[in-house]
Amino acid sequence: MDILCVCGNGIGTSVLLKVNVEQAAADLGMDVNVTTSDAGSAKGTANMNDLVLTSNELAPELEGTTTPVETVSNFMDLDEVKGILQKYAE
Amino acid sequence: MADFKAFLPDSSFALDVSVEDWKDAIKQAGDRLVASGFTTDAYTDQMIETVEKMGPYIVIAPGLALAHSRPSDAVLGTGLSWVRLKTPVNFGNKANDPVSLVIGLAGRDEQEHLQVMSAIAGSLTNKEKTAKLAEAQTSEAIRAILEG
Repeated sequence: MDILCVCGNGIGTSVLLKVNVEQAAADLGMDVNVTTSDAGSAKGTANMNDLVLTSNELAPELEGTTTPVETVSNFMDLDEVKGILQKYAE
Repeated sequence: MADFKAFLPDSSFALDVSVEDWKDAIKQAGDRLVASGFTTDAYTDQMIETVEKMGPYIVIAPGLALAHSRPSDAVLGTGLSWVRLKTPVNFGNKANDPVSLVIGLAGRDEQEHLQVMSAIAGSLTNKEKTAKLAEAQTSEAIRAILEG
Protein backbone atom coordinates (compact mmCIF):
# COMPACT_ATOMS: atom_id res chain seq x y z
CA MET A 1 0.00 0.00 0.00
CA ASP A 2 1.05 3.58 -0.60
CA ILE A 3 1.39 5.73 2.52
CA LEU A 4 1.95 9.48 2.65
CA CYS A 5 3.56 10.99 5.77
CA VAL A 6 2.75 14.67 6.19
CA CYS A 7 4.43 17.34 8.31
CA GLY A 8 4.63 21.10 8.25
CA ASN A 9 7.65 21.32 6.01
CA GLY A 10 7.96 17.83 4.58
CA ILE A 11 11.56 17.58 5.72
CA GLY A 12 11.73 16.86 9.43
CA THR A 13 9.02 15.02 11.26
CA SER A 14 7.56 13.37 8.16
CA VAL A 15 10.95 11.91 7.30
CA LEU A 16 11.34 10.57 10.82
CA LEU A 17 7.82 9.13 10.62
CA LYS A 18 8.61 7.55 7.25
CA VAL A 19 11.59 5.76 8.78
CA ASN A 20 9.43 4.37 11.58
CA VAL A 21 6.51 3.45 9.32
CA GLU A 22 8.89 1.46 7.14
CA GLN A 23 10.26 -0.26 10.23
CA ALA A 24 6.78 -1.01 11.58
CA ALA A 25 5.65 -2.34 8.20
CA ALA A 26 8.72 -4.55 7.95
CA ASP A 27 7.98 -5.95 11.42
CA LEU A 28 4.41 -6.68 10.32
CA GLY A 29 5.49 -8.15 7.01
CA MET A 30 3.56 -5.50 5.09
CA ASP A 31 4.62 -4.24 1.70
CA VAL A 32 4.48 -0.44 1.80
CA ASN A 33 5.72 2.45 -0.27
CA VAL A 34 6.15 5.52 1.93
CA THR A 35 6.54 9.08 0.67
CA THR A 36 6.68 12.41 2.52
CA SER A 37 5.11 15.78 1.92
CA ASP A 38 4.51 19.16 3.49
CA ALA A 39 1.01 20.00 4.64
CA GLY A 40 0.50 22.55 1.88
CA SER A 41 0.97 20.18 -1.04
CA ALA A 42 -0.34 17.09 0.75
CA LYS A 43 -3.93 17.73 -0.29
CA GLY A 44 -2.99 17.33 -3.91
CA THR A 45 -0.98 14.13 -3.48
CA ALA A 46 -3.08 12.48 -0.75
CA ASN A 47 -5.51 10.99 -3.28
CA MET A 48 -2.70 9.03 -4.92
CA ASN A 49 -2.15 7.15 -1.66
CA ASP A 50 -4.05 4.54 0.34
CA LEU A 51 -3.38 6.12 3.71
CA VAL A 52 -2.17 9.45 5.09
CA LEU A 53 -0.34 9.72 8.42
CA THR A 54 0.21 13.01 10.22
CA SER A 55 0.16 14.65 13.65
CA ASN A 56 -2.91 15.79 15.57
CA GLU A 57 -2.04 19.44 14.94
CA LEU A 58 -1.84 19.09 11.17
CA ALA A 59 -4.79 16.79 10.56
CA PRO A 60 -7.23 19.71 10.07
CA GLU A 61 -5.12 20.86 7.09
CA LEU A 62 -6.05 17.63 5.32
CA GLU A 63 -9.80 17.86 5.79
CA GLY A 64 -11.71 17.07 2.66
CA THR A 65 -9.35 14.47 1.27
CA THR A 66 -10.96 11.15 0.31
CA THR A 67 -7.97 9.11 1.51
CA PRO A 68 -8.17 7.97 5.15
CA VAL A 69 -6.14 10.24 7.45
CA GLU A 70 -4.76 8.78 10.68
CA THR A 71 -2.98 10.78 13.36
CA VAL A 72 0.07 9.67 15.30
CA SER A 73 0.78 11.24 18.70
CA ASN A 74 4.10 9.56 19.41
CA PHE A 75 6.15 9.31 16.21
CA MET A 76 8.78 7.30 18.07
CA ASP A 77 6.37 4.62 19.28
CA LEU A 78 6.54 1.73 16.83
CA ASP A 79 3.64 0.01 18.61
CA GLU A 80 1.35 2.97 17.96
CA VAL A 81 2.37 3.04 14.29
CA LYS A 82 1.90 -0.72 14.01
CA GLY A 83 -1.57 -0.45 15.56
CA ILE A 84 -2.59 1.99 12.82
CA LEU A 85 -1.05 -0.07 10.01
CA GLN A 86 -2.79 -3.23 11.22
CA LYS A 87 -6.16 -1.58 10.73
CA TYR A 88 -5.35 -1.27 7.04
CA ALA A 89 -3.55 -4.57 6.55
CA GLU A 90 -5.51 -6.85 4.28
CA MET B 1 26.56 4.31 8.88
CA ALA B 2 25.98 8.01 9.06
CA ASP B 3 28.91 10.21 9.94
CA PHE B 4 27.71 11.56 13.26
CA LYS B 5 30.79 13.63 13.93
CA ALA B 6 29.98 15.63 10.80
CA PHE B 7 26.22 15.93 11.39
CA LEU B 8 26.45 16.33 15.15
CA PRO B 9 29.81 17.87 16.13
CA ASP B 10 30.70 18.92 19.67
CA SER B 11 29.64 22.50 18.91
CA SER B 12 26.08 21.24 18.30
CA PHE B 13 25.53 20.20 21.91
CA ALA B 14 24.16 22.06 24.91
CA LEU B 15 23.52 19.73 27.82
CA ASP B 16 21.29 20.48 30.80
CA VAL B 17 20.75 24.14 30.00
CA SER B 18 18.10 26.31 31.63
CA VAL B 19 15.58 27.99 29.35
CA GLU B 20 12.71 30.39 29.99
CA ASP B 21 10.12 28.93 27.64
CA TRP B 22 9.69 27.00 24.37
CA LYS B 23 10.89 29.91 22.26
CA ASP B 24 14.06 30.12 24.30
CA ALA B 25 14.50 26.36 23.94
CA ILE B 26 14.26 26.59 20.13
CA LYS B 27 16.61 29.58 20.18
CA GLN B 28 19.20 27.49 22.01
CA ALA B 29 18.85 24.75 19.39
CA GLY B 30 19.21 27.40 16.67
CA ASP B 31 22.28 28.93 18.29
CA ARG B 32 23.96 25.51 18.32
CA LEU B 33 23.17 25.03 14.60
CA VAL B 34 24.74 28.44 13.94
CA ALA B 35 27.78 27.56 16.09
CA SER B 36 28.30 24.42 14.00
CA GLY B 37 28.07 26.37 10.75
CA PHE B 38 24.86 24.67 9.57
CA THR B 39 22.64 27.76 9.56
CA THR B 40 22.46 31.52 9.93
CA ASP B 41 20.50 33.30 12.68
CA ALA B 42 17.59 33.73 10.26
CA TYR B 43 16.93 29.99 10.43
CA THR B 44 16.45 30.20 14.20
CA ASP B 45 13.67 32.74 13.65
CA GLN B 46 12.15 30.52 10.95
CA MET B 47 12.05 27.55 13.34
CA ILE B 48 10.14 29.65 15.88
CA GLU B 49 7.79 30.95 13.15
CA THR B 50 7.05 27.36 12.09
CA VAL B 51 5.62 26.64 15.54
CA GLU B 52 3.79 29.97 15.71
CA LYS B 53 2.15 29.31 12.33
CA MET B 54 1.51 25.57 12.44
CA GLY B 55 1.33 24.77 16.13
CA PRO B 56 3.49 22.58 18.36
CA TYR B 57 3.42 19.58 16.00
CA ILE B 58 7.22 19.44 16.21
CA VAL B 59 6.84 17.79 19.62
CA ILE B 60 6.77 14.36 18.02
CA ALA B 61 7.16 12.12 21.04
CA PRO B 62 6.85 12.51 24.82
CA GLY B 63 9.53 14.99 25.89
CA LEU B 64 11.02 15.40 22.40
CA ALA B 65 10.82 18.38 20.06
CA LEU B 66 12.31 18.29 16.57
CA ALA B 67 12.87 21.96 15.84
CA HIS B 68 13.21 22.70 12.15
CA SER B 69 12.05 24.80 9.24
CA ARG B 70 12.09 24.35 5.51
CA PRO B 71 15.25 24.41 3.41
CA SER B 72 16.20 28.01 2.58
CA ASP B 73 19.15 30.34 2.07
CA ALA B 74 19.51 30.31 5.87
CA VAL B 75 20.61 26.66 5.68
CA LEU B 76 24.32 26.40 4.95
CA GLY B 77 24.66 22.66 5.45
CA THR B 78 22.82 19.61 6.70
CA GLY B 79 23.19 18.97 10.39
CA LEU B 80 21.66 18.66 13.81
CA SER B 81 21.88 20.23 17.24
CA TRP B 82 21.13 18.56 20.55
CA VAL B 83 19.82 20.68 23.42
CA ARG B 84 18.98 18.88 26.64
CA LEU B 85 16.98 21.00 29.09
CA LYS B 86 17.71 21.16 32.78
CA THR B 87 14.03 21.73 33.52
CA PRO B 88 11.46 20.61 30.93
CA VAL B 89 9.21 23.28 29.34
CA ASN B 90 5.76 23.08 27.77
CA PHE B 91 5.29 23.66 24.05
CA GLY B 92 1.50 23.44 24.17
CA ASN B 93 1.35 19.90 22.81
CA LYS B 94 -1.16 18.05 24.99
CA ALA B 95 -0.01 14.55 24.15
CA ASN B 96 3.73 15.02 24.49
CA ASP B 97 4.51 17.95 26.84
CA PRO B 98 6.73 18.75 28.70
CA VAL B 99 9.80 18.78 26.48
CA SER B 100 13.21 17.86 27.85
CA LEU B 101 15.14 17.36 24.60
CA VAL B 102 15.18 19.69 21.59
CA ILE B 103 16.83 18.37 18.46
CA GLY B 104 17.47 21.15 15.95
CA LEU B 105 17.48 20.08 12.31
CA ALA B 106 18.81 21.92 9.30
CA GLY B 107 18.29 20.09 6.05
CA ARG B 108 19.39 21.01 2.56
CA ASP B 109 17.21 18.29 1.11
CA GLU B 110 15.54 15.12 2.23
CA GLN B 111 18.09 12.66 0.86
CA GLU B 112 21.04 14.32 2.54
CA HIS B 113 19.79 13.87 6.07
CA LEU B 114 17.74 10.70 5.63
CA GLN B 115 20.62 8.54 6.76
CA VAL B 116 21.26 10.43 9.98
CA MET B 117 17.51 10.69 10.66
CA SER B 118 17.21 6.94 10.25
CA ALA B 119 19.95 6.34 12.78
CA ILE B 120 18.38 8.79 15.23
CA ALA B 121 14.94 7.23 14.77
CA GLY B 122 16.48 3.85 15.51
CA SER B 123 17.80 5.13 18.83
CA LEU B 124 14.77 7.15 19.90
CA THR B 125 12.36 4.26 19.37
CA ASN B 126 14.54 2.19 21.70
CA LYS B 127 13.54 2.84 25.32
CA GLU B 128 16.84 1.63 26.73
CA LYS B 129 18.81 3.97 24.46
CA THR B 130 16.47 6.88 25.17
CA ALA B 131 17.12 6.45 28.89
CA LYS B 132 20.87 6.34 28.29
CA LEU B 133 20.70 9.48 26.13
CA ALA B 134 18.99 11.35 28.97
CA GLU B 135 21.82 10.42 31.34
CA ALA B 136 24.87 10.74 29.08
CA GLN B 137 27.34 13.33 30.33
CA THR B 138 29.25 14.23 27.16
CA SER B 139 28.63 14.80 23.46
CA GLU B 140 31.03 11.94 22.76
CA ALA B 141 28.92 9.61 24.89
CA ILE B 142 25.70 10.66 23.14
CA ARG B 143 27.19 10.07 19.69
CA ALA B 144 28.40 6.66 20.83
CA ILE B 145 24.85 5.73 21.92
CA LEU B 146 23.39 6.91 18.62
CA GLU B 147 26.00 5.03 16.62
CA GLY B 148 25.80 1.88 18.71
